Amino acid sequence: MKGFIQELVRNKILFLMIAPALLFFIVFSYVPMVGVYYAFTRFSFDGGLFGGEFIGFKNFEFLFNSGVLWNLTKNTVLYNIAFIIISNILQLACAVFLSELPGKWFKKSTQSIMFLPFFVSFVLVGAFVFNLFSNAGVVNTVLTSLGFQPYDFYLHTAPWKYIIVFFHVWKGLGYGTVIYLAAIMSISDEYHEAAKIDGANIFKRIRHITLPLLVPTFILLILLSLGGILKGQFDLFYQIIGNNGMLYNSTDIIDTYVYRSLAVNFDIGMGTAAGLYQSLFGFVLIILVNYIIRKVQKDYALF
Amino acid sequence: MKIKMERATIVFNIIGYVLITILTLLCLLPFLLIVSGSFTPEIQIISKGFSLIPETFSLDAYKAAFSNPKQIFDGYKVTIFITVVGTAVGLFLTSMAGFVLSRKDFKYRDQLSFFIYFTTLFSGGLIPWYILITKHLDLKDSYMALIVPALLSAWNIILMKNFMKSIPDSIVESAKIDGAGEFTIYLKLILPLSGPGLATIGLFMALGYWNDWFMANLFITSESHYPLQFLLYKILASAAVLKTNVAGNLSPTFQPPAETLKMAAAVIATGPIVFLYPFVQRFFVKGLTIGAVKG
Repeated sequence: MKGFIQELVRNKILFLMIAPALLFFIVFSYVPMVGVYYAFTRFSFDGGLFGGEFIGFKNFEFLFNSGVLWNLTKNTVLYNIAFIIISNILQLACAVFLSELPGKWFKKSTQSIMFLPFFVSFVLVGAFVFNLFSNAGVVNTVLTSLGFQPYDFYLHTAPWKYIIVFFHVWKGLGYGTVIYLAAIMSISDEYHEAAKIDGANIFKRIRHITLPLLVPTFILLILLSLGGILKGQFDLFYQIIGNNGMLYNSTDIIDTYVYRSLAVNFDIGMGTAAGLYQSLFGFVLIILVNYIIRKVQKDYALF
Repeated sequence: MKIKMERATIVFNIIGYVLITILTLLCLLPFLLIVSGSFTPEIQIISKGFSLIPETFSLDAYKAAFSNPKQIFDGYKVTIFITVVGTAVGLFLTSMAGFVLSRKDFKYRDQLSFFIYFTTLFSGGLIPWYILITKHLDLKDSYMALIVPALLSAWNIILMKNFMKSIPDSIVESAKIDGAGEFTIYLKLILPLSGPGLATIGLFMALGYWNDWFMANLFITSESHYPLQFLLYKILASAAVLKTNVAGNLSPTFQPPAETLKMAAAVIATGPIVFLYPFVQRFFVKGLTIGAVKG
């Protein structure tokens, strides 16, 4: 303790400079951790944190026994797996083609356009969905003009899974491509030159040089994403599905459930319980992923 | 000298051009559809629906949107305010924290780094955070609620720290010998050398504030405090009506724009960003590439 105070006096300017950041994380991250106590209470609106009745694991029991927790976990994990696989493969493919294709102007302009979706808000994605899939949407206009019956998207659950995955991939394509392109650019030209002299064509060079050298990046990115597999992208799901209860069964994820508990059902205890479940298992997953990365490639471990 | 292309290369190029072109068009298509929708007469939406190319061209939606532009201007004002203030303050605090944590002679840097990093591993969740901000900090319906809770991110501080670590120690050491204080060293020496890092992180922060609708959705109740994206969300959800001075029944064939007005609102709220995009995009790409290579 004496050493700490000495250090505090000696480096008081440095401590002062980092103090606002520390205060921020104490207030907005550490203090709310105390609030997970709500998960074990029957929340009372005028009682404050300790005003609600303590009910132990009742909220968790309900979430578990009603099947809600299982459905939310299943949806969150399956959507994330679909996102991770499709996004990474497409991004990798784009990066490989963009690195090898001739035509500077073509590459520059297509890369810019692919990056554009990353910059716009999810509200605009909501506008796209309205424009495409509402009853007067473009898809129905095309269907009618081809002589088909119009399709009411809001009465069917099946298409929304694909719509959600599509827009997730759509939004991240440019970003991921840039990451993979950077990894490709760091591969020395000498490998390709040597292979060319040996008569290897472009497919062989990609198969035997580019792809194997990208494997570490690919695995690292996949592992990192797997660490966050219980975290849902609230913006995406909420802007596309909104409060359309018809579609919840196949589109409700933990994050949308927690949000609804807070803003629609006012079920504070239940929502906090679902959030705590997500946080705890997410924590375990990250520790696990980090352990694996440490074993495989120590330099890339998170901590 | 003309080099004859291998057959494999030709096949590869054809596949590549086709795939990249299709993906690029898919990225662009929704934007084009929105723009086209906003220029379509309302009557055509009602009878036929949205289409890629409108049969007749109409400015009604824009005329209506700008007949009473106060809402949109207010939205822009709020958004510009929170983006400028949030990014400036956030960048200042992030760079100071990054500076302290990057200093190898600072004894507690590892402990404090972990104290900040831990917040990315575990959190109390949305609801305790919400109750803290509304009940205990009493920030409901204030601009502070849009700015302060999003001010700092652990990732940005770590990125900043790694960026500043690459600046040679000798600069700090020689300045200290010359008697410069820590804050002076940060302000006069380290900040000017951190340009690319500051630009990238600042742009990410600005983008976050500019595109935010979630905080407003949680904390803002009065319509005059709506940031742009949240206003757009409310208009799209038909929960707020864009106020116009267009009277109905001007002529039997005229329909006051409603669906097309939503599209026009989307264009007005997004247009400036799309125009700014070519200028800022390279900073993102540069910053991402630096971050990616450094790991």
